[in-house]
Amino acid sequence: MIINHPLLGPRDAAEFVYLGDASLIDRPDWQSPNAASEFHDYMHLRDNIAGEMRELWFHEQGDRSWLVVTRNTVTHEITNVELARDVALAKQTGASS
Amino acid sequence: MTQEFRAPEGRINREKLVNFTFNSKRYQGYEGDTLASALLANGVRLVGRSFKYHRPRGIFSCGSEEPNALVTLGSGAKTEPNCRATTIELHDGLEAISQNHMGSLKHDLLAFNDILSPFLSAGFYYKTFMWPAKFWEKLYEPVIRRAAGLGALSGQEDPSLYDKGFLHCDLLVIGSGPAGLVSALNAGRAGASVILADEDFLLGGRLQMEQMEVDGISASQWVANTISELAEMPNVHIMPRTTVYGAYDHGTFGALERKTDHKKYSSGKPRQVLWRIYSKHSLLAAGATERSIAFANNDRPGIMMAGAVRAYSNRFDVLPGKEIAVFTNNDDGWRTAHDLHAKGVAIKAIVDSRESVSMKPPSGVASFVDTKVTDTMGRHALTSISLSNGENISVDCLAVSGGWSSNVHLTCHQRGKPQWNEEIASFVPGGELPVGMTVAGAANGQMTLAAAMKSAHESTRDILASLHFKPKMQPLPKVEDEASGTSCFWHVESGKQRAWIDLQNDVTAKDIKQSHLEGFRSVEHLKRYTTLGMATDQGKTSNMLGLAVMAETSGKTIDETGTTMFRPPYTPVPIGAFAGRSRGKHFKPVRKTPSHQWAKENGAVFVEAGNWLRAQWYAKPGETHWRESVDREVLATRKSVGICDVTTLGKIDVQGRDAAEFLNKIYANAFGKLAVGKVRYGLMLREDGIVMDDGTAARMSDTHFVVTTTTANAVSVYRHMEFCRQCLFPQMDVSLISTTEQWAQFAVAGPNARKLLEKVVDDEHDISNDAFPFMACGEVSVCEGIPARLFRISFSGELAYEIAVPARYGNSMMSVLMQAGQAFDAVAYGTEALGVMRIEKGHAAGNELCGTTTALDLGLGRMVSKKKDSIGNILSEREHLVREDCLNLVGFKPVDKTKGLQAGAHFVATDNEPIMQNDEGWMTSVCHSPNLGYSIGLGFIKSGSKRFGETVTAVDLLRGNTMDVVIVSPHFIDPEGERLRG
Repeated sequence: MIINHPLLGPRDAAEFVYLGDASLIDRPDWQSPNAASEFHDYMHLRDNIAGEMRELWFHEQGDRSWLVVTRNTVTHEITNVELARDVALAKQTGASS
Repeated sequence: MTQEFRAPEGRINREKLVNFTFNSKRYQGYEGDTLASALLANGVRLVGRSFKYHRPRGIFSCGSEEPNALVTLGSGAKTEPNCRATTIELHDGLEAISQNHMGSLKHDLLAFNDILSPFLSAGFYYKTFMWPAKFWEKLYEPVIRRAAGLGALSGQEDPSLYDKGFLHCDLLVIGSGPAGLVSALNAGRAGASVILADEDFLLGGRLQMEQMEVDGISASQWVANTISELAEMPNVHIMPRTTVYGAYDHGTFGALERKTDHKKYSSGKPRQVLWRIYSKHSLLAAGATERSIAFANNDRPGIMMAGAVRAYSNRFDVLPGKEIAVFTNNDDGWRTAHDLHAKGVAIKAIVDSRESVSMKPPSGVASFVDTKVTDTMGRHALTSISLSNGENISVDCLAVSGGWSSNVHLTCHQRGKPQWNEEIASFVPGGELPVGMTVAGAANGQMTLAAAMKSAHESTRDILASLHFKPKMQPLPKVEDEASGTSCFWHVESGKQRAWIDLQNDVTAKDIKQSHLEGFRSVEHLKRYTTLGMATDQGKTSNMLGLAVMAETSGKTIDETGTTMFRPPYTPVPIGAFAGRSRGKHFKPVRKTPSHQWAKENGAVFVEAGNWLRAQWYAKPGETHWRESVDREVLATRKSVGICDVTTLGKIDVQGRDAAEFLNKIYANAFGKLAVGKVRYGLMLREDGIVMDDGTAARMSDTHFVVTTTTANAVSVYRHMEFCRQCLFPQMDVSLISTTEQWAQFAVAGPNARKLLEKVVDDEHDISNDAFPFMACGEVSVCEGIPARLFRISFSGELAYEIAVPARYGNSMMSVLMQAGQAFDAVAYGTEALGVMRIEKGHAAGNELCGTTTALDLGLGRMVSKKKDSIGNILSEREHLVREDCLNLVGFKPVDKTKGLQAGAHFVATDNEPIMQNDEGWMTSVCHSPNLGYSIGLGFIKSGSKRFGETVTAVDLLRGNTMDVVIVSPHFIDPEGERLRG
């Protein structure tokens, strides 16, 4: 597969390490009254669907960016690639505003 | 031996004679021959024995689809079995031998298998050799393996050189036949970067095998003109001898180029190169493969594909026989009769299974319509055929055409599903093709020359437009559409006689029917039960027949029956090519520590730690056992001072305004208030609450920390920290970089460690106990100005430091430290002594941080700060992890102190049975303590820290070394930690 890195352009997937569902970005608040069950769900109830997934990939043999790759796990079609940091920042800004 | 089967004209070089041997007999051929064409030219018809029945077999096809003519090339370590004679380019000195016979090829002692054939039908392994079960491994399997099979490997290391490479292009054209050439030419002229790959050494595909005209000149002349124009274009890369064997994601292809296989000497060049080709678009122009018809005894040498017979005649000037008959179900077969008749060969009959045909035979040639070949004769080669009209005709070659199947293979390597096209009696590409792939020509079902060229022309125009080139399309070459009528006729009822479907795996029509009777309904099951299409040729000439017979038997259509899955590789790829240069020492990189050279010169025995080579111990002259060296190193360190290279520990530089806050997140314990110039032990949890790693973090300045990790987790911890930084805490001002390889680091441990370092560290740096106490850190300089970092940390339990210098000074630093230590009898110690001292001190390491243990288990529960958010904090509170009787890391010593403990032993109460239900924990690390004089261990046991003094049994059934042990404190040495602070 080829991942179109937002900063570096098209790179071979062999340069990356795969993690999984990008929902790992959405780490719960440790002070939430339901923190235990929220962390449980966060850790263990992640999606693994046959179809379009937002996934985390780490460019280990490259610039060490974590990327959010939108990929169809059936066809391997990649429709979007974002810097995970941008995604995370957008979420946190969104949450606080 | 003369080449008595040569005809005039052709596409070989008559100027250049080539000498070769087959079964040690000398022959001659010409440059441009394949081994198969040269054998045929010399009248060699029997070339091998079949897989199961050891039937005599001859050359069947003229390409990579060959099922029969497999030979072993070369000798000694260079032996290569199962090479297709039809694709081997003849060269001087080529040595080939036939395969799968005992005794001579002609008088194979295993030919009696053919007589046993009633017992060897589909699934016979499963049925015949079931009882008694234990006979399988000892008797049946070895016998079957000897009798059935192909060529043998040499068993020696492959001395050939293989390489790998990467290529990029706008358009990859796969196949250089009429469609491929039209495409490459137009794309090349438009300025696109083009790769044109073909498995053959002669480009042109079928154009080289037919008597056709293109633009008023001979097809081969047109090919030559086209290739020379392409060769002039700097943007076109022509790759003959290159098989594109697999279509992968996003326009990536695998290709094998045979670089020097066709040469007598490789001259230091790689034998083959495995290419990964990245294409924006691909045009599959892989053509079509002719298939056979099943009829009784259709496997004798001399029975060949009709297209191959005329290919040998047209391309190689070889006549596969002197008296030839044609058996066909389509118009194309008739062309073989015409082409060979024109060369003066006696065409004894054209037999067509169809009720009526519009084709005309050559003048004077008998043709039989609505007629079939019902049987054949000839022990080692064909002598005659019988027809359904009762005639017997003596022939030495029968050219069979069962129609042509589009080569859809690469269209299916992703999600393609071929569709049946009844009109041309072939599956054609269907479903979802690999990204960017277009199919043209016969591979797409355009079975005639004009249609093939037209489809390539149109496809290329569209591809170029989509790539934003301005195509200047050339007019289509002037060609004529040849007759291509065909029919769905697959097999002639053969009664009790065997009609072969898959020649290479000896699968007959009867086997297909039998598997249906036995309940194998899916085509995938049929394949696996009968082994149809599972041989090295992957059933290229036979699969279609097999599923047609299956469809017929089950009363389904071919469409409903479907094909089996096509998977890469298209043709076999040597494992050596996949390995490339990554073999032996080059399989993985070796990381050497900066003091490797010093260690080597000083008797170090090295151990692999991941990719690292670390000194395990330093053997002194006279030391004969590793324990002698290790005990000496431990005792000398604890008595005076020892030095150990600890460069392999992961080092991560953490900088930024929020560096301390970031460490607060990734470590379970608090870091916010760590003073500049201080080091703290850090415990890292996974988010699920289990311990991930441990190490130290040294605060070099307000905004700068140096973090260490264990050697094993250096990569994964860095990855995790980047995840935390980028995905979880993106608003923090912090940057990370791994500096593991930038700093050489040495532990200096023992009561005289400070005295030694004072001789090395420059005078302006005060490292006295007051100025530089336990857990201090700072930037210093050594040897008059070399920058260094000093950390007062201890893994051994002694007064100890770690000193880091830029990696380029590492080797010198080691000798400087050892020289400075001479006055104190300093020793260098390796990983074994390091291990002994940390066990004596009760420090956890990899064996304890095993991915299942918690901070509480390790006795570090209080370190997990509940006043802050950190990774793993919440889930470390899970009920099961904090239960009363959780595991505790404790020490163990044997009741009988002469015995050696075993890591991996499991603990049960002494009066309990050694079974799983009674399991209370396990021993993680053991060593001989030279300080105590007996074996000691660390391990996890339920509620261990409340059970000091209790005796339990350490069960070791695997090694039969069960013994009673006493639970003790894990701190065998200096439990109060006085030495550290001294």
